[in-house]
Amino acid sequence: MIIATNVSKRFSKLQVLDNISLACNVGECISLIGPNGSGKTTLIKCILGMVMPDSGFITFNGKNILHDWNFRSQIGYMPQIGRYPDNMTIGNLLSMMKDIRNHHGELDEDLVFAFELNSMLQKKMRTLSGGTRQKVSAALAFLFNPNVLILDEPTAGLDPVATEILKEKIIKEKQKGKLIFITSHVLSELDDLVTQVVFMQEGKLVFHKSIEDLREYTGELKLNKAIAKIMVKQTV
Amino acid sequence: MKKIIKYVLVDIIQNRIVLIYTLFLLVTSFSVFSLEDNSSKGLLSMLNVSILIVPLVSLVFSTIYVYNSAEFLELLVSQPLPRKKIWLSLYTGLTAALMLAFLVGVGIPLFVYEPGLTAVLMTMSGLFLTAIFVAIALLASVKTRDKAKGIGIAILLWLYFSILFDGLVLFLLFQFADYPLEKWMVGISSLNPVDLTRVMVLLQLDISAMMGYTGAVFKDFFGTDLGRIITGLFLLAWAIIPLWISTRLFHKKDL
Repeated sequence: MIIATNVSKRFSKLQVLDNISLACNVGECISLIGPNGSGKTTLIKCILGMVMPDSGFITFNGKNILHDWNFRSQIGYMPQIGRYPDNMTIGNLLSMMKDIRNHHGELDEDLVFAFELNSMLQKKMRTLSGGTRQKVSAALAFLFNPNVLILDEPTAGLDPVATEILKEKIIKEKQKGKLIFITSHVLSELDDLVTQVVFMQEGKLVFHKSIEDLREYTGELKLNKAIAKIMVKQTV
Repeated sequence: MKKIIKYVLVDIIQNRIVLIYTLFLLVTSFSVFSLEDNSSKGLLSMLNVSILIVPLVSLVFSTIYVYNSAEFLELLVSQPLPRKKIWLSLYTGLTAALMLAFLVGVGIPLFVYEPGLTAVLMTMSGLFLTAIFVAIALLASVKTRDKAKGIGIAILLWLYFSILFDGLVLFLLFQFADYPLEKWMVGISSLNPVDLTRVMVLLQLDISAMMGYTGAVFKDFFGTDLGRIITGLFLLAWAIIPLWISTRLFHKKDL
């Protein structure tokens, strides 16, 4: 569904993405793992067309995203740090997004209710705490029932209750056969979700394996232990 | 595109700065016209106000506005919207709000006190200046990531167009005083939209008789219909070219 071919990106001196090729298919739940600054967010922003790669190209359903903007209507994106216009209220923001997206199908407002955002529609975005902002971002990502979900550090800053709600929601969507893309540092949370693991380091894609292969390869059942083992192998 | 313009406009109106700008222009225009008994003097004062204030407010307000809507732009770019539309909507919203402020603040008093061709020309030139300097502001802010630097560039640009350019022209005139530069001056003035509008409006006023031989050459060019059309085209180019470049830059910008 999403295929990235030899994508490279350089921010002045820093090579953020180095010749990355990646193929993702429907029904997969891909976990993008890597140390800080390994280029995970930049890769995601390239897929969304927010960052323009220096070389290489990305296709979405066979179409190059460079010449197409409508593909974003099939993506729900939850940014790492949700930045929203300060003087809008949550209600304004939600209605503006509905207005802009021009969505015809059914709206998925599960998270709006689960996070009790509907009871604070009058609150201005600037007064929200980091966690509430994350809740708004999550609710927006799922709102339009997209086929692809791109979640950048979805659980960072959320309390345990909210994390559980979000996790359940992700599992529910995964069962519908959607492509889900998650980046996270906190590995144990993802154990029961992911089907594929992509590991990045210093802008390079180190491996892309299914979780079964990974378990076989490392002999570890837990994802975090398996990754730790590989990271140790890399440095030796 | 209409939807984005609507959100930009609502945001600008909530901002109140444009409202204050309108009130400021209104108060200035009415006080100028009621203080001066000589209509020509009144018009001249209004010309100076619009030539100094309009570019300054358009440049600085638009630059700051673009930086402050970074979040809004980021949000829109991740949505199924073409970037070109987002950027042009932002431009349209800003220009529409500032043009409306100018129309209410200067246009209406002009037509109340001094209806005629001069009023039409002055209103038109104010509207053009707004469109031009919003476009230049957008170009300055898309090119620089740093907010302080961007606003600094906007202010420097204003200084250049409003003050420095005239100094340079005067310097050139004195250096080459022995040569006939009158015709060249027409061309040189088209390098600055502020000068273009100033000359065009000045020639409508009686004082143009005091501008000597250069004034006569100017009158031959700017005073005719053809001259005015060419001036209009130049002003249009001054708005469209920066806007076009900034749209291209925004299209490739990493957010």
